[in-house]
Amino acid sequence: MAINKDSNAYTLTFAIIMVVIVGTILALLSVSLKPMQKKNAKVKMKMDILSAMMSTDEKNDLNRGNTEAKFDELIQIEKALVLDMTGAIRSEISGKAVLDVNIRKERRDKTLAEVDKNYPLFIGKKNGETMYVIPVVGNGLWGPIWGNVSLGEDLKTIKGASFGHKGETPGLGAEITQGFFIDRWIGEEISVAGEAVKFEVVKNGSGSDQTKVDGITGGTITSVGVQEMVNRCMKPYVEYFKTL
Amino acid sequence: MSETAKTKAPMEPLFSKKNRKLVTDPLTDNNPVTIQVLGICSALAITVQVEQGVVMGAAVLFVLVLGNLIISLMRNLIPSRIRIIVQLVVVAALVIIVNQVLMAFLPDVSEKLSVFVGLIITNCIIMGRFEAFAMANKPWPSVMDGLGNALGYAGLLILVAVFRELFGSGSLYGFPIFGSPIPTPDSPLGTGLYAMGYMNNNMMILPPMALVIVGVIIWVQRSRNKDLVESH
Repeated sequence: MAINKDSNAYTLTFAIIMVVIVGTILALLSVSLKPMQKKNAKVKMKMDILSAMMSTDEKNDLNRGNTEAKFDELIQIEKALVLDMTGAIRSEISGKAVLDVNIRKERRDKTLAEVDKNYPLFIGKKNGETMYVIPVVGNGLWGPIWGNVSLGEDLKTIKGASFGHKGETPGLGAEITQGFFIDRWIGEEISVAGEAVKFEVVKNGSGSDQTKVDGITGGTITSVGVQEMVNRCMKPYVEYFKTL
Repeated sequence: MSETAKTKAPMEPLFSKKNRKLVTDPLTDNNPVTIQVLGICSALAITVQVEQGVVMGAAVLFVLVLGNLIISLMRNLIPSRIRIIVQLVVVAALVIIVNQVLMAFLPDVSEKLSVFVGLIITNCIIMGRFEAFAMANKPWPSVMDGLGNALGYAGLLILVAVFRELFGSGSLYGFPIFGSPIPTPDSPLGTGLYAMGYMNNNMMILPPMALVIVGVIIWVQRSRNKDLVESH
């Protein structure tokens, strides 16, 4: 029996079968792989926190295998805490539970009021020096960008950072993850006389000035996104550090 | 159009002259970017560095070969009125499956590729080859056609990226070629060529320069082979 392939019935049947098959495959795959993907994401989050504390060489030695051990060694997880937007400590979340705070999800969540957003702070110790690691999140050109900024014992000098992004343009905006861009942030101070400073990403190469950082050629909007992200996210911490 | 010619002989050897031509033609005289003018958008977007050209080329190779095979196997079943939708579903499903599996088992590779996922789905070379070749040809020639076109695409990406990375950033595949433009205490201009006053051409980093370079390549190619010039 020959089937009329131009008939509406055939076209419709084909479409339905195709959608059901492809939908089933994708749904099954997504559900079965989710636990592994979640675990990978968690390790990646710890890697990002650690990278913010490390020099380039140490970062190169960091991989998914040794992250857990290094994390336990460098981060004092029992001291981790969460602030609110005014810089006051949220006592209900502390220690290990801080790792479950997902600031990227909170930023996406339009129903969450600004006052309810969490600002986690991780405290670590490297070579005898205490370091404060602050996770940050913001918007790039095409999608979310995020990162971690670590401060030294003086509570204001940036000692290291790590940045990540979802889909910035490769070779342009995506370069924010590279060492050369991170190095431009190191040594900058987030507060002057207790007041939060406003960083400015510049184009004219004057990035060696205080509060100015050289942007990335061809990646202006992503660079400005990093600037906005750091400026906005640092405020609660500056308030908190005043009370220490 | 030679590529839509049906392969008739049932016992044709796997690497017959015709099949080999399917692979070699898109590398030169039927290049998907310079002659078929497909995939220009991604050629502009990701040719800033050679490494990205290589990654994108590999990803497109995988999706195009597999997609051509699947479309070719289904070519007699696909209703012609919704064929474009079917092709789109195949590309999107393939890319998503690959990305999900990579996210679970090879998260580092997935991170590298994440930005390219959207670019692969919208790459017109893939839809173009599905429509122009796989819909009308047997699976094996379709695989060869996919291989050839993806290699032709990757080759052009890398060629453009070599110019853009070398003159835009002074490096190739991330390795500095002309020295370092970062000032040191004893030479304020940097080292190597930069110490003599050489500067990177920042315009090369911006997407329009990719268009200019692709244009120059098309010009060179057509002036060397007059058969490629369209008559009006």
